[in-house]
This record gives sequence, structure tokens and C-alpha cells, in this order.
Amino acid sequence: MAAENSVIAEAEPPKVALWNDPQARALFYQVIVLGGLLFVGGTIINNTMDNLARQGIASGFGFLDTTAGFAIGYSPFLEYSEENTYFRALTVGLLNTILVAVIGILFATALGFIMGVARLSNNWMIAKIALVYIEVMRNIPLLLQIFVWYFGVLRPLPGPRQSINFADSLFVNNRGLFAPKPIFEDGFGIIIAAFIAAIIAIVYLVKWAHKRQDETGQAFPVFATSIGLLIGLPIIGAVVAGFPMSWEFSELKGFNFSGGMEIPPELVSLTLALSTYTAAFIAEIVRAGISAVNKGQTEAAYAVGLRPGPTLRLVIIPQALRVIIPPLTSQYLNLTKNSSLAAAIAYPDIVLVFGGTVLMQTGQAVEIIAIIMGFYLFVSLAISMFMNWYNDKMALVER
Amino acid sequence: MMNTQAQTYEPGTHPDLAPPPSTVGVQGWVRSNLISSPVNTALTVFAIYLVYSLVPPVLNYFIFDAVWAGDTSDVCRNEQGGIIGAACWPFVSVWFKQLMYGRYPDAELWRINLTYVLFAASILALALPQIPGKKWTAIFVLAIFPVLCFFLYAGGSFGLVEVETSEWGGLFLTLVIAITGIVASLPIGIVLALGRRSNMPVVRALCVGFIELWRGVPLITVLFMSSVMFPLFMPEGVTFDKLVRALVGVTLFSAAYMAEVVRGGLQAIPKGQYEGAQALGLNFPKMMYFIVMPQALKLVIPGIVNTFIGLFKDTTLVSIIGLFDFLGMVQLASTNPDWLGFVNTGYAFAALVFWIFCFGMSQYSQFIERKLHTGH
Repeated sequence: MAAENSVIAEAEPPKVALWNDPQARALFYQVIVLGGLLFVGGTIINNTMDNLARQGIASGFGFLDTTAGFAIGYSPFLEYSEENTYFRALTVGLLNTILVAVIGILFATALGFIMGVARLSNNWMIAKIALVYIEVMRNIPLLLQIFVWYFGVLRPLPGPRQSINFADSLFVNNRGLFAPKPIFEDGFGIIIAAFIAAIIAIVYLVKWAHKRQDETGQAFPVFATSIGLLIGLPIIGAVVAGFPMSWEFSELKGFNFSGGMEIPPELVSLTLALSTYTAAFIAEIVRAGISAVNKGQTEAAYAVGLRPGPTLRLVIIPQALRVIIPPLTSQYLNLTKNSSLAAAIAYPDIVLVFGGTVLMQTGQAVEIIAIIMGFYLFVSLAISMFMNWYNDKMALVER
Repeated sequence: MMNTQAQTYEPGTHPDLAPPPSTVGVQGWVRSNLISSPVNTALTVFAIYLVYSLVPPVLNYFIFDAVWAGDTSDVCRNEQGGIIGAACWPFVSVWFKQLMYGRYPDAELWRINLTYVLFAASILALALPQIPGKKWTAIFVLAIFPVLCFFLYAGGSFGLVEVETSEWGGLFLTLVIAITGIVASLPIGIVLALGRRSNMPVVRALCVGFIELWRGVPLITVLFMSSVMFPLFMPEGVTFDKLVRALVGVTLFSAAYMAEVVRGGLQAIPKGQYEGAQALGLNFPKMMYFIVMPQALKLVIPGIVNTFIGLFKDTTLVSIIGLFDFLGMVQLASTNPDWLGFVNTGYAFAALVFWIFCFGMSQYSQFIERKLHTGH
């Protein structure tokens, strides 16, 4: 008994003063930090309440249901007029932001991959042109580039009567870009159904071809067949339905064009600047990703008899993508966040509509800034969650 | 040469032949880099066409057809009063003072120029590895220099005339915002990075929340917030200068990015360094100050420079909330009735200045990266 007791006594840590105990200290620090934060936060909330009450500004999100009373210059997806509510104005702004971000991401990815591959080209001139492009674009502020496109290039263009004319269907002038608009008539659903059917067929085809190759070793021309299905089925659908689609062309009426698809110069310059700027960063990411794949991988693929095409598709690109995806995600996030520069050239995105006009009208700064920040935070988290999922899928599976 | 008969050599004694002329020199270079295959040749032709169709018009616009001298916009107009189709550099020379210093009084410009000289000298002393005394220069730049600048720029004390911040502008304001942002965000970023790696759950959660919040939103909303919400947070009667509010926004924003850069450096320090420091009996502040931070910060110098480049480009956004930085001044000058239509020249000048700054800094950061790389 006595021996056991002494063992226990020895195993007990030496008694330390409370202020030297790491756990007690950690608790103390955290209480201090939390208390300080609560105090500062409380003061800020208190001050804000006082200030709002003194200036006679309402609080809460009730204003979203009241009539907005201002016009929005561009609303391609939703009908919007001055009688609509602030909530509808918010939706229009959101959709405009998403539109810019989606178009920008598509263009920036395409141009960025081309430039990144060109940077690694064996051709000296192509590589140098890509290098100059990258170094010029990424070292000039984005806002300056937006201004150059908008005030420097698009606004000085001739007026509607002297438009730059492409085959009488596409017109460019200082009011924007005017393109033919597709009109979908009855029966267009058949084409869409055929397209969806083609996609489903391709998914099953890929599975079947993989299985067959695993079992018999025979390869099936999946790519060519898929393209054939993707184009062929909708064409058959169109023939069956009797081509239920026509184009509405823009026409010069009086001082401006009417009809067709109108793309305002703000949208054109914003997407051009965003995608060319971000493409320079994506190009560097792509270059780094491809250079990160060991040369031995290519040599080994050739050694087992793969031709250059399959080598690229089956060996190099999957490994390069693993390096490319994470930084590419943050470029997509940056592009989405940078689309807020729309406010500088009066493209009605969420920042201009809400942070500009609505803030001016209602003065409810806290709610409005919270809505805008909440939206961007949501988009950021959504994109990074999607990319994390994709990254996990692509990640190296180690034994 | 006369002897055409084949000479015989013992195996292994034949002198080395010169390489075939088609593989060396200019010819060899062209063959392997420009026309090595049909595709390559086509690409070369395409590239030459691209250069031919882009470079001469650009050079003509900005250099050969451009107007270089003059005091009014009339030198850039044709007989009908229209605008010539080329750059008008008098736009820059006429507005040069405003583009550089804003509306800062002429008589007081020496204050700004003095700090430029001091700053350039100390940056040079910091950047070049050969110059000794890095520690004292760094202390001067980070601690004494900002205070000196504040008193010099704002005036109102030591017998200097007071200059309102609304008179600050141009490239000067851009530099003030960018450098204040980076210098002030470094300590905040270090604290946040340490907090994010802390074992205390409350501290860690707060730091993660702060960092992710600022990194998730665009700078423009932060600037809007600092200009409209910041005044609401203050008790009645307390007002802050517009520039100070923008500076607070920029600093908090870049602190979040800085925190992630510093965290990268902290993660790169092997665990043995921490354990070694603890084995020596150093407490947390001493361990960080003497052992971990010197190594971590040295590693992240390229990251800090890159953050600074990003911040430097982002300072242009303050023109949206009504401060006249370099780009804001270009915009303002281009709306002057006499100078309507010459904005392209202003943009070209601004682009050139920004490009030189950013490209120079990125080259420096790559140089440091290479230098650090060879050490291991």
C-alpha cells in the first residue's frame, strides 16, 4: 500500500503556481481576448445605434419589400422597372455580377491555358510573345485596364450610324455590341431533349468502353463517337421538328439599333479586361503545373509505347492538373471579386446597384454592406468548397 | 587541301570534327527554335504576322507619330480642331505636377521629395545584399521613417505649414497608401498568423474568422465599408479623415493576406526549431522573436513583396471612393475641357509607371527566391 502510494505521489506533476500553469494561462488569455472583443463590439453596436437613431435611419431588412424607384441600365434576365422592389433590384444586380464572373472565367481559362502552353512552346517567337503578354498584363492594375477598354477603346468608337459592321449582322459602336438574337419557336424542346439524350448516351458509352477495354483490351474511338452524338442527335432533332429557330437581327432605327441582342459597352470592357488580366495569372499557373511534371513521365510513356496524344491526355495532363487546380481556384475567386470593379464604369452589378444607388437612397449602410459582403463570402466559400471536392477527387491516391 | 586522298587514322586518334554548320550558330538556332517542324514553321509565320500587325502601329501611335512638346492641347489638334490619331505627350508634361503630387502646395514639395530620397536610399540599403547594417536600416524604415513622414506630410507642427489630406494626390498618394498598408499590415498579419496556429480555441477561431472574412470579400466593398460604416461606429462628434478611413480599410484587408503569407513561413520551420527553443528554456515570446520569426520572415520575403505588388495595384481602387490617387488624377485631368480626348496618353503613362514599379519588384522577389533557394 505504502509503495503504491509513493508511486502515485511521484507520478503527480509538481505543484505549480496558478499563473505558471499553461492551461490556466490559456484560459485567462482567452477570457481577456473574448472580453475585450465583446467590449469593443458592444461599444461599436451602441455607437451605431445612437448614430442611426440620431440620423433618423431605419434599421432591419424591411426596406427590401419597398418600391425601389430607380432604373437599372442593363437587366438581361429579369424584367425590371422603377416600380419593382429593392429585392428585385438586388436580384438583378446579383445576376449581372454572376454573368460577368461566368463569362470572365470561361474566357480567362481558355486564354490562360493557350498562353501557358505557348509560354512552354519550342518555338522561340511564340514563347516570347506569351512571355511579353504575361509580364505586361499582370503588372498593370486591373482598374487601369478596365478604364483603357472603356474610356480608351469602346467609348471613342463611332456612333450607331457609322457602326463597325461585320456581315450586316454584328455591329460595334459606342452604344455597345449588337448581335443577332436567337428566337426559339415551338418544338425547340425536341432539340434540347436530343442534346440531353446525347449527353446521357455519352456517359454510358464511356462506361461501356472502359469496361470493354478492361475485359478485352480493345479500345473504342470514344472521342469521335461522342462528338458525333453531340452534334448529330440535335441536328436530327432539328430536322424532325422542322428547324424551330430563327434569328432576330439588329436594325438601325433612328439614332440607335433596336431588336437583336444588345451587349452594353460596360459589360464588354469589363469582361475583356477581367479575362485578359486573369488569363496572365492563369498562364503562369498552367506553365508551372506542366513544368512540375517530371520529364521522366513523358519518356516512360513513350517507352511503354504510348503515342504523343495519349501521353499528353493520360499521363501529363492528369498530373499537371493536380498542381494547377488549387491556385486556379483562387484565380477564379479573384476574378469574381474583381468583377466588383464594375462600379467604376457604371455596370449595374451588385456593388453599384446596392452599394451605390440603394445606399444613397436608404442610408442603411450596415444592412447593405452586410448583404454585399455576405454574397461575396457565400460565392467564395461555394467555389472553394467545389474546388476542394474536385481536388480530393484528383488527389494522388497513395498506397 | 591539295591532298584529297582519304587519310587513315588509328582507332580513337581521329581529331574531333567541327559540328555540322546547320546545328550551330545563327543557322542552327533558327533551325531548332523556329523551323524545326512544319507546325513550328507555321507558328513562326503566324508569330511574325502578329508582331508585324501589332508592333508598328503601337510604336507609331506612341512614339513616331506622337506629339512630344508643347504647352497646350492645341499642338495635338489638326487644322479643324480635331484630335490627332496619336499620343499627345504634352498631356503628361502639362499635368505632371498634379499626376505626381496632387494639389500639394508648390512651396512644400521639398518635404515629399526629401522623404523619397530617404526612402530610396534605405530601400537600396535593404535590397542589396552587399550593404551592411540591415537591422538598423530596417528599424529606421519600419519605425522612425513613418513617423517622420507623417509630420512632414501633414505639417502643422515644427513650424511647417499644415497641408490638408484633401490636397494630397497623384503618385504620392498611391505610394502613401501602398506603403502604409504594407508596413502597418505586417505586424497585424504576424499576430493573426500566430493566432491562427495557436492552441487556444477561442483565439484560433477569431483569427481564422477574421482572415477568411477579409479574404472572401473584394477590396472595393471594404473601402465602401470603411467610408460609410466606419463613421457610424464612432461615438458622436468623432470624425475621421477620408484618407485615414481608406488607410484603415486597406490595412485590415492586406493584414489578412499578410497573415496567410506569414503562416506559410511558420509552417516551413521544422518542429525541431520550436522544440530546441523550448529545450533551452525560452518562453513563447523569446522563442518566436529569437528563433522562429527570423527564419520564417526571411523565407516569406518573396511572398511579402508579392503581396505588396498586389496592394500597390489595388490602391487604384481608392479613386472609386473619391480620393485622387495616380489613376484618379489621370481621370480628373482627362475631364478638363481643354484636354478632352487625350485620356489614352494619360493611361499609357500611368500604365508605364505602374508597370515599371511592379515589374521591378517582381524581378526582385524572384532574385530573392533564387538566392534563398541555393542556400539549402
